[in-house]
Amino acid sequence: MRSGNPAGSGDRPRADRGLAERVADGEIRAVARLISHLEDGDPAAEEAMRALRGRHGKAHLIGITGPPGSGKSTLTDKLIGVFRSRGARVGVLAVDPSSPFTGGAILGDRLRMQGHATDEGVFIRSLASRGRLGGLSRATQAAARVLDAAGYDYVVIETVGVGQSEVDIVKIADTVALVSVPGLGDDIQVIKAGIMEIGDVFVVNKSDREGSDRVVREIRGMLETAASLKRSALPPPVDSLRGRGSVTGPGYQASAPSAAAPGADAPASATEVAPAPGAITMSPEELAHHLTESAYNVNLAADPELPPVLKTVAETGEGVEALADAIIAHRRGLEASGKLVERRLEGIRAEMRGLIAFRLLDALEGGAGRSREDALARAVLAGGEDVYGAAEELFAALSKGGMP
Amino acid sequence: MDKKIRVLVAKPGLDGHDRGAKVIARALRDDGMEVIYTGLRQTPEQIVTAAIQEDVDVVALSILSGAHNHLFPRVTELLVEKGAGDILVIGGGVIPEADYDFLKSKGVAAVFGPGTPTKSTIDFIRNNIKRK
Amino acid sequence: MSENENLKKAVEAYEAGVQKSLAKFPERRAEFVTGSGSPVKRLYTPLDLEGRSHAADLGLPGEYPYTRGVQNTMFRGRFWTMRQYAGFSNAEESNKRYKFLLEQGTTGLSIAFDLPTQIGYDSDHALSQGEVGKVGVAIDSLADMEILFDGIPLDKVSTSMTINAPAAVLLAMYIAVAEKQGVTPDKLNGTIQNDILKEYVARGTYIFPPAPSMRLITNIFEYCSKEVANWNTISISGYHIREAGSTASQEVAFTIADGIAYVEAAVKAGLDVDDFAPRLSFFFNAHNDLFEEVAKYRAARRVWAKIMKERFGAKNPKSWMLRFHTQTGGSTLTAQQPDNNVVRVAIQALAAVLGGTQSLHTNSRDEALALPTEDSVRIALRTQQIIAYESGAAETVDPLAGSYYVESLTNRVEEEALAYLKRIDELGGAVKAIEQGYVQQEIQDSAYRYQMDVEKGDRVVVGLNKFQVKEKAPEGLLRVDPSVGERQVEKLRALRAKRDNGRVKAALAALETAAKGDANLMPPILEAVRAYATLGEICDVMRGVFGEYKPSVMF
Repeated sequence: MRSGNPAGSGDRPRADRGLAERVADGEIRAVARLISHLEDGDPAAEEAMRALRGRHGKAHLIGITGPPGSGKSTLTDKLIGVFRSRGARVGVLAVDPSSPFTGGAILGDRLRMQGHATDEGVFIRSLASRGRLGGLSRATQAAARVLDAAGYDYVVIETVGVGQSEVDIVKIADTVALVSVPGLGDDIQVIKAGIMEIGDVFVVNKSDREGSDRVVREIRGMLETAASLKRSALPPPVDSLRGRGSVTGPGYQASAPSAAAPGADAPASATEVAPAPGAITMSPEELAHHLTESAYNVNLAADPELPPVLKTVAETGEGVEALADAIIAHRRGLEASGKLVERRLEGIRAEMRGLIAFRLLDALEGGAGRSREDALARAVLAGGEDVYGAAEELFAALSKGGMP
Repeated sequence: MDKKIRVLVAKPGLDGHDRGAKVIARALRDDGMEVIYTGLRQTPEQIVTAAIQEDVDVVALSILSGAHNHLFPRVTELLVEKGAGDILVIGGGVIPEADYDFLKSKGVAAVFGPGTPTKSTIDFIRNNIKRK
Repeated sequence: MSENENLKKAVEAYEAGVQKSLAKFPERRAEFVTGSGSPVKRLYTPLDLEGRSHAADLGLPGEYPYTRGVQNTMFRGRFWTMRQYAGFSNAEESNKRYKFLLEQGTTGLSIAFDLPTQIGYDSDHALSQGEVGKVGVAIDSLADMEILFDGIPLDKVSTSMTINAPAAVLLAMYIAVAEKQGVTPDKLNGTIQNDILKEYVARGTYIFPPAPSMRLITNIFEYCSKEVANWNTISISGYHIREAGSTASQEVAFTIADGIAYVEAAVKAGLDVDDFAPRLSFFFNAHNDLFEEVAKYRAARRVWAKIMKERFGAKNPKSWMLRFHTQTGGSTLTAQQPDNNVVRVAIQALAAVLGGTQSLHTNSRDEALALPTEDSVRIALRTQQIIAYESGAAETVDPLAGSYYVESLTNRVEEEALAYLKRIDELGGAVKAIEQGYVQQEIQDSAYRYQMDVEKGDRVVVGLNKFQVKEKAPEGLLRVDPSVGERQVEKLRALRAKRDNGRVKAALAALETAAKGDANLMPPILEAVRAYATLGEICDVMRGVFGEYKPSVMF
């Protein structure tokens, strides 16, 4: 557990201290307020975020995405439980779409996380996408940083994977878990949408339902196809076949860890050797190996190039320990290979670009910008202007900061 | 800057009649507000924790079981205790008018009985939230 | 020319005439709709029933498909059971109210339990605070149940209990009280609601997830078919679905979909359909649109009969009959000018009677404000008695049959319900449809539409959005003594000190073992009840084994 702050649960806002300072102390109301400022585009947010610089980067940012009805919130609820049982503090950002017509939203994810409703080591915040560029709330990335700065060890960002948001999430999270579920009609619609690339861990939730093995097989097949396309020029890794082809084998029947397949190398369940509270005791290699051999996830990390595919039943918590382990193993792997820095740099670049884009749009949508835009649009319609010229003119005005 | 009104809609107590809560949640959404819906069987502690983490402007409580005199004041007390006494608390459901004064004295800003148009609730919220 | 062709011409001429006069005498509205929002035509004629078969659609009373009623003489034989839902505070107070009701001529008891009891919490549970005795009577153990029925011979009354998730426990308590009165279970008459599926969608007093809940229900079916043969083991309820905002057709559809799920579960558990289906009963709402409501009951009977006969192959005609209790619509009552509710209730009750209900609860005028006072309860009961003795509605069977309008409405409700049932089958049945939030979503959409219609003034609710008056706060409402909770907690403490705790422990352990296996849970629950294990203790054992239901919310 990160040494946060003994005053972490302090609730009384102290007006004499700055917002950033209170956030750094883990003061709940301050954390919540700063996230609101970020959402609202309040100038106070920028000031506080600047003051908080250097305080983040420690938390493990986890993205969980998948289609509606795949049980993401329940899965998140159970993940919180696992992380809490290991002594870590957990922040959750649950993002749901805003109504495109009214800008309002009903945010109901919290409902499924009631198990931790009053746990002071858990902070849950519902965000409406308020999106103009589609996808994630513009504040999500910054909000994750706030939770990081406030001392939460894990920050779970839950988004509905139906459009742009699951692509955005890869820019925010260190580890992205892509959740699928049998029986949603087109079983692996998430994957088919061409976003398979973003998954670091694949989850087939509600795996007690009929058809879960088929979903696992399909995901595996796609991952393997993609991987073989990628490395067609490269010699295959020596042990790339280990653990494969066993998708339908006894190991996969192991909805309960006790159902370890006879003859499996190491039938110990993932839970038995779960890291002690607050610390990961195994090296990444050990953990990866252990996961490989665990009855629940025979195929996991069999090929270190391939993301693991795990089965869970979020309702009962089955497989969630193993999922937590796989998520942690992924981040450890990133750290060990140096890819974490790469990934985070990319995230920061994306965030900067986002800020620029938002700023441009803000300027455009501000009073003068809007009327200029409108005038140009009318000119295009009338034929006196072409859309390229119009955009050029708007952009030039914007980049000079000529419009409020 | 685009300040959205955020409202927590919660059902304290044990009654399962959430028609009113869901209708008001939709109406608030359709009015452009962000509604955090936490559903049935919420304890005052859960409601207050959610209200603070979600940084809402309003807590809207719906109850039909008759336990309002017990549960509403617990919510307002806890909010004050946690330094969040500025959050507007309103209530609705089957609540006898004779209890309105008591609830108001306990910090419930308004009580909306059966048949209240959603518009009245929306207007009340817009006119009474305390800007942060 | 055939008669219908002549009629067609005549109707065309009529419509042409109407069109001409409309310019001068416009109708009140551009579109007319039923209480549920379905379109209503200007005129109904035999043409609307063209191609329908009297025999297949209607039959005669007491005959398949029972559209005209499940008995051949209906209310000429005896009136429906006048059953007023009541209960509040503690067992002592409620026992007094039941005796009052029996003296007033009510013919069946209907027990309202408080919310902690309905959700399987003892009165001293943290979540029970403020709720004990509020919406019904608090029952923590057999000791309370003994007081509740003190002086009421259980072989002489029929008792309906509105209890769902812990229905098995309350039924066991009822059986145990009867034992103490020297009444054997086969002499008991009554109903437990026992309908968990509608709790998930509309009423909210669930405890366990669907699978173990369905098991408890089939355990009760099986146990009662052998031991408590006259007991109605379930009351499959559309009432709350309607209260949650559904339309009349949705009420029929979702209720029958739940019914199908229960029958399937029981058949899957190895029961013969004709062994339990005759004891299935239903519970519907009655709203203000008289004709649509009458049509609803008639359509529901027809749909159910066909499903039981054709889909489940039931042979016993009793398995085909949809018998139902009706309660007037709580959500139609206004807090404004509450006396107007007496009139609403009268219309709704009349609909239930014209629709052939088996029993009826009439709401009291003050229920939008609080629990009803004794005066209000009396008026509500008198309303039923006036319909029974003075209105003439009970003197012949299915008096509205043959009305072109009512028969058309009956056909339409049936069609709409069948379309929903098809959709639910496609989703994998009622349990799946509920888990996916489909049913909830449909109901919420209807509820929201209705509310917006009222707010826009498209729908007039007298005294609410039209004909308002300035009112002063109503007086003399019933208040539950707030000390009830404390006294109940005190009783619990005394009980736990007094009872044989070794026996309780052993009984609860036996229940746990049974719950983990697949034995029928009624016998171990009954033993735990006899040992004075509390409701909360018994439910906690099952919570430990079964887990708890987590709702899904969609908007």
